[in-house]
Amino acid sequence: MPKKPQDSEVALAAPSIDPAEVEKFSRIAAEWWDPRGKFKPLHEINPLRLDFIREKTCAALGRDPSADRPLQGLRALDVGCGGGLIAEPIARLGARLTAIDASEANIKTARVHAGEVGLDIDYRVGSVEALIAAGEAPYELVTCLEVVEHVADPAAFVAACARLVAPGGLLVLSTINRTPKAFALAIIGAEYVLRLLPVGTHDYSKFLTPAELAEALRDPQIAVDPPVGMVLNPFLWRWSLSSDASVNYLLTARRAA
Amino acid sequence: MALANSDQEHDVETEIAIAGGGLVGAALALGLAQSGISSAVIEAEPLIDDAAAATDGRASALGYPSWRMLLALGLGPELEPHAQPIDQILITDASQSKITRKFQSSPLSLHFDSREKPIGGPLGMMVENRHLRCALARALTANPKIRVLAPARIARLEALPAKARARLEDGRDLNAALVIGAEGRRSAVRAAMDVRLIQVDYEQTALVATLAHDRAHDGVAHQMFLPGGPVALLPLQGHRTCLVWSEKTAFAKSVLAQSPDVALREIRARIGAVLGEISLEGQLWSFPLSMALAETWVKSRLALAGDAAHAIHPIAGQGLNLGLRDAAALAETLRDARRSGADLGAETTLLRYQRWRRFDTATTAFACDAFNRLFSNAIAPVRLARRLGLAGVDAIGPLRRLAMQIAAGGAGDLPLLLRGEALAP
Repeated sequence: MPKKPQDSEVALAAPSIDPAEVEKFSRIAAEWWDPRGKFKPLHEINPLRLDFIREKTCAALGRDPSADRPLQGLRALDVGCGGGLIAEPIARLGARLTAIDASEANIKTARVHAGEVGLDIDYRVGSVEALIAAGEAPYELVTCLEVVEHVADPAAFVAACARLVAPGGLLVLSTINRTPKAFALAIIGAEYVLRLLPVGTHDYSKFLTPAELAEALRDPQIAVDPPVGMVLNPFLWRWSLSSDASVNYLLTARRAA
Repeated sequence: MALANSDQEHDVETEIAIAGGGLVGAALALGLAQSGISSAVIEAEPLIDDAAAATDGRASALGYPSWRMLLALGLGPELEPHAQPIDQILITDASQSKITRKFQSSPLSLHFDSREKPIGGPLGMMVENRHLRCALARALTANPKIRVLAPARIARLEALPAKARARLEDGRDLNAALVIGAEGRRSAVRAAMDVRLIQVDYEQTALVATLAHDRAHDGVAHQMFLPGGPVALLPLQGHRTCLVWSEKTAFAKSVLAQSPDVALREIRARIGAVLGEISLEGQLWSFPLSMALAETWVKSRLALAGDAAHAIHPIAGQGLNLGLRDAAALAETLRDARRSGADLGAETTLLRYQRWRRFDTATTAFACDAFNRLFSNAIAPVRLARRLGLAGVDAIGPLRRLAMQIAAGGAGDLPLLLRGEALAP
């Protein structure tokens, strides 16, 4: 049953959220679940990201990755959940999931879809800052994928995400590196040449290098792992993990137990 | 003996429903079960687990990867006693006078020999379909992750946003995240998908029989291109051979209408003395030849595999091999999707399977079609050109080995099962 939307005005006023970005994604929220639509690249990259999350979470939290529901009962948070493309699979793997997004349209889309496929996910309009301010208990797993490059103050944002990670828990981030290659592929290639993404999806100046992300996460209790690249083989049209983190990359960080 | 089916309660809830419990549907169900995914198999006929009762005269030429897949699915103990390795394939474009029992390359023939070891085993295995059916039926009913609904048919099929709902003819409703059509050329699932079919009717009919003969076949398969259509001799266990003889439909009908002696005389005129004295074991069966390729194989909640997606010209024995490749690729795609928490019936998931399989299938279908058209043509320059073509392929080792790999289904991006590896959750 759809819940009453949370107080989105409060959420929108939170410091890390850029109102122009929220408006942009609200316009295309209904297209989240169309595999041929604007979010096609996310649908294509999703299995790789989820395999990575499952593997890293199981390793960090001592779970069996080949179990039927390897994340059974895990308390997890997905930040910037959009239409629920990452949230639904994580819930299906067994996690008790809270998923937040600054856009009410996204949360509405995500709630309707989860209801259709019979998944129980606690979707809320909100921000990490608002959760911290409300005294939210920390989570064993916090995921925040392809979000950092869309927020107003990335450093403050990732630091806030890390504060929501419980002792012994795991933070999984993914974003786009700020390199000439990323500019060529993610902006010129994906937006202008191949038209994989709407023009204006990304702003190069907001891209963060792995070192900058690690710097933003600097905390004696947090151990940041080396970045892992995600690369597209354009001939097979298949994504795979790579040591080349010069364009898309994943970064994991663990809070000391 | 028909295996009893005890499901008579009203609604059936299952993760995956597979329409069709034939070779492809059954292999798919077993592959899913290995991956920890349960399924219900809906088969129109009662499952038969007695080889003597189950025969339509056909035998399957399993490429080596297909054979490895059946072993990986645990069917080795059931199938090995009935399988005949194909050690050599001799392709000739000739009337019977040119067929010799010496298998060295002649300028006018193409010779594949497993001793060249392009795929690490025999070129393929011949197994009579009745043995395949029985082995699969036993494996299906013994598997706790597989529920068999047989005899049962889908009367109506509906793809809803989050599930597919099938109404069975006996009034039961079945709900599944995904319904797979593996029920052959006249697929009800394909009809529900409303996809365009690319169809070619060859106006040819395949006559199929088991021949008993006095000369040993030595594991040699023959493909003879004759003016009426190709004739294949596929070695079975013992002094027995499966004959697949394609002719113009009108001629095939006239053969069927006459006594078996007339048919035997016609067969002798085509294959010569290659097998020595021959006789028919059982009756002559007939199968009209056509090609039908579904333009789309997947929609949200629905997918096609095997002949439901692509009934091709059986010229190179590729139909079942392609179907098994579908089953292997689909089982692995769904296994991977389950691992990453994906919705198994979502179009996004299913498009991965379609991308994996469709290129290979279209290529094989059109290559077999082109091959058949080329070899069914009696115009002199075309005959000469194709003879030179065959001789050319035979003369170039690497090209021949590649052609051999493709004929055996060993090229391309192989799913794990076809590499002989069992799936795990």
